[in-house]
Amino acid sequence: MKYVDEFRDPEKAQTLVEKIRALVDQIDACKSRPLYIMEVCGGHTHAIFRYGIESMLPEEIELVHGPGCPVCVLPMGRVDDCVAIAETPKVIFTTFGDAMRVPGSSKSLLEAKAGGADVRMVYSPLDSLSLARDNPDKEVVFFGLGFETTMPSTALTVLQAEAEGIENFSLFCNHITIIPAIKAILDAPGVQIDGFLGPGHVSMVIGNAPYDFVADQYDRPLVVTGFEPLDILHGIWMVLEQLASGEARIENQYSRVVPDEGNGPALEAIAKVFELREFFEWRGLGSIDHSGVKMREAYAKYDAERKFSVPDLVIADPKACQCGEVLKGVIKPYDCKLFGNDCTPETPMGALMVSSEGACAAYSRYGRVEKLVPLLGRGAGTGTGKAPQAEVEAP
Amino acid sequence: MCLGIPGQIVEITNTADKLAKVEVAGVKREINLVCIVDEDHSIESCVGDWVLVHVGFAMSRIDAAEAAATLELLHALGEVDEELDAMRGSGQT
Ligand code: SF4
Repeated sequence: MKYVDEFRDPEKAQTLVEKIRALVDQIDACKSRPLYIMEVCGGHTHAIFRYGIESMLPEEIELVHGPGCPVCVLPMGRVDDCVAIAETPKVIFTTFGDAMRVPGSSKSLLEAKAGGADVRMVYSPLDSLSLARDNPDKEVVFFGLGFETTMPSTALTVLQAEAEGIENFSLFCNHITIIPAIKAILDAPGVQIDGFLGPGHVSMVIGNAPYDFVADQYDRPLVVTGFEPLDILHGIWMVLEQLASGEARIENQYSRVVPDEGNGPALEAIAKVFELREFFEWRGLGSIDHSGVKMREAYAKYDAERKFSVPDLVIADPKACQCGEVLKGVIKPYDCKLFGNDCTPETPMGALMVSSEGACAAYSRYGRVEKLVPLLGRGAGTGTGKAPQAEVEAP
Repeated sequence: MCLGIPGQIVEITNTADKLAKVEVAGVKREINLVCIVDEDHSIESCVGDWVLVHVGFAMSRIDAAEAAATLELLHALGEVDEELDAMRGSGQT
């Protein structure tokens, strides 16, 4: 595959690790405390664990696994809404696979399916539109979730439905926006982040300008970074370079995919179909102003929220869940009392345990791997993603 | 869901709707090209291009020149070290 092997070259990774080591020695702050670098995107969290990146880094660097896993921040009340729609007669409820197992207050979509609801996993919202085309006597609903990365795909699907005059298709829109979430984390008490790895694929859509406030107002570096091991190490190195020289800028490590200005047609489709909500509820982080989008009035007939009556309740997470603290990087997954006992990938209590992009699932799957595991040995080149089962050593 | 996967456009299947067959890791699938077609890139010119595919849509053209530049930069980082080593090896201080 194009530019996959090149960005997994173990020798170059080793060089980068040495460069990172040298930079860490120049940064005064890490003489007294660790340096906290947050990877905002769940895709980065996944890659960091899969390739054992944390274990390759100097001890002074702590990676904080941020809120960029859409499934993980989906509140329980919204899962209940999905279940309610899915259990409506004559509805085919379609979703990306990751959302199937997220617990609602009484059941997940998977459990609703087992109970007889017509819930189907699709690869693309376009597949959902095809189902609507093929089943004119059914109402086909697509569960739209994700950040700006997936927003264009659902917006374009709605536009396609309109162009074809397909009326039995609707979107249950739960898309969220990354910028207010980054801001909420920077403003949260007790949170210490020295720099950010910016989300590569969100940036491919929105471009790099929306992050300017991180440098201008909060004086933190942010480097938009790709998802291969060398990308991530390179991104960390670029953040450290800024920290070492006392600078804070927005940089783009992932220029092969992310144009500075973002994607014009994608942004146009988003602006046409969606508008900002006043606020949106995030699991673990609470309500964040202007952090989600809804469908514009002009597309009301494709809006599942208007088409179906949904409970729309805010359901509090179980008390013992500490997903929010983990999301903000205040505690590590293994500090949560439920971790590994009541909450496991098989029986998740919190959403961070559901998706492979969630920090808790990543910790329980890959564990804290020993320092200097043969570099990138896991899955390098083959892309199978097979990693040794966790030798979990919770400190 | 947010990762996406690189694929190569092998054939345009519907010019009006901007659909194409894309080969992703050996699997061929019809993908929507709306987001990567503009005045500078006509739909016909897309065949052979590498793109990043997300949930049925090509979301970005993978820029070969930028990829090469990044790789070169990474390579250069290593070279400086080698030169320094060579310098040390030759007894300079
Ligand atoms: S272990 Fe479970 S409950 Fe605790 S923070 Fe992780 S996902 Fe949430």
